[in-house]
Amino acid sequence: MQISDNWIDIAYLISAVLFVLGIKGLTKPKTAVRGNMLAAAGMGVACVVTLLHRDIVTYEIIIAGVIVGGVIGAILAKKVQMTAMPQLVALLNGFGGGASFAVAAAEFFRGGHPDMVGIIATGAAVLIGAVTLTGSFVAFAKLQELIGGKPMGFPGMKLVNALLLIGSLVAIGYLVMNPGTPLVFWALAIAAAILGVLLVLPIGGADMPVVIALLNSYSGIAASAAGFVMGNSALIVTGSLVGASGLILTQIMCKAMNRSLTNVLFGVMAEAGEAMDQDEVYEGKIKSTSAEEVAMVLETAQRVVIVPGFGLAMAQAQHAVRELADTIESHGGEVEYAIHPVAGRMPGHMNVLLAEAEVPYDKLKDMDTINPTFEQTDVAIVLGANDVTNPLAREDKGSPIYGMPILNVDKAKTVVVVKRSLSPGFAGLPNPLFAKDNTLMLFGDGKGAVVDITTALKEG
Amino acid sequence: MDFVAQLTLFVLAIFLGVELITKVPPTLHTPLMSGSNAISGITLVGALIAAGSDAGLLINVLGFIAVVLATINVIGGFMVTNRMLAMFKRK
Repeated sequence: MQISDNWIDIAYLISAVLFVLGIKGLTKPKTAVRGNMLAAAGMGVACVVTLLHRDIVTYEIIIAGVIVGGVIGAILAKKVQMTAMPQLVALLNGFGGGASFAVAAAEFFRGGHPDMVGIIATGAAVLIGAVTLTGSFVAFAKLQELIGGKPMGFPGMKLVNALLLIGSLVAIGYLVMNPGTPLVFWALAIAAAILGVLLVLPIGGADMPVVIALLNSYSGIAASAAGFVMGNSALIVTGSLVGASGLILTQIMCKAMNRSLTNVLFGVMAEAGEAMDQDEVYEGKIKSTSAEEVAMVLETAQRVVIVPGFGLAMAQAQHAVRELADTIESHGGEVEYAIHPVAGRMPGHMNVLLAEAEVPYDKLKDMDTINPTFEQTDVAIVLGANDVTNPLAREDKGSPIYGMPILNVDKAKTVVVVKRSLSPGFAGLPNPLFAKDNTLMLFGDGKGAVVDITTALKEG
Repeated sequence: MDFVAQLTLFVLAIFLGVELITKVPPTLHTPLMSGSNAISGITLVGALIAAGSDAGLLINVLGFIAVVLATINVIGGFMVTNRMLAMFKRK
């Protein structure tokens, strides 16, 4: 059965509307599941009508591809641990870029759109698609710790990158003049693939949240470019929605880390400023405490704020933390969680990790909401977070992290910091919070410490 | 569809995207990313046409690769998003 292009386009419009409604659903936790279903329905509509397209004459390859992809996708979705979500999203970004690349390549070799717009769009889809594909795999390897998280590079790397980019653009220009040159096409693809690797290698592990968000955006833009190649409205609209989404998240992450996008992309770290002597900051001012003492403070606390960092998730301590919160609540205290935008390894990651431990989402407060409440907070418990609580970011103009938005935990009446040692975080700076009069340091393993406090509080 | 119409769609969709996405709360940013992975699997539409056409072996091979990759995105993206959102729903 075949249907006219008009009907297909109307069906694509319906899917685009369903995608928009789906994303709109994601603006509230209550409607989010329905939103996801609507978006999936939109995808279903688009795929079914496409199968009726007049260019499709055989279904064997399609069925094989859908089965292979479907099984892999389902296994990935079922098996992935929530802590590994950044790796999965990195992979999916890469696959999205790869798919757009392959679609644009297929159109190119079919010779369907030898006009200027067609070739430029093809070139853009190939360039961005291939960069996204290989760049995402490098990001995945860094997150999975298959390769080191340290920035990697070689002298003259930026020059090589610039040459690869210019070469790619020249290749696209050449293809506009001479569309029938497959060699140039493959040269473009290879240059773009190498560029993707070289762009992500020099970016450090701490900046990965920005990179994932940016590659997310690229995968959308690549899909959009593929849409221009095929004259397909569904691809253009959806791709630009995803592109916009990735860009906004990139901005949010950059702002939260006080880094400009250019600094992240070129692996530039902030000026070191004056080297701060760790001993000078800490000497004689650190008050070490015990789980029992913390339990005593918590017993009478009216309001407690828990500040989780990724260290907490690495120790699989989310459930232990929720139990502690339950115990504090049974003693009459109110508990909320202060989530810094970069608390996890990707935007919103910490929220998912806590939601997995059945922490109600309305207790998860973002930075702007929770910061004004620290002054009325009796106890702030910092678990596996460091740089995002460093008051230097607020007070010391010479500090490399000056201006970074932080959680103002130091304003709480008592601050309990659970930490293995006084070692610095990613920024490599001492944290004067640890030396404040109102701060108690509870040294030890995060999960063990939380369990000990809970036990002491239950007994006390 | 002519180029100007395409460009119009592209630009308007970006503005719509910005308006929509800025309203998504930080709590849901991870599901937003996996969900947008899923919908960017819309490339599947182009992949299906390439895989099912009679334009030659190379086109079919590229089409097959594209179908596999895009389907991973669609199925994996929607399923994992659903899994995460279910955690936010329960009370």
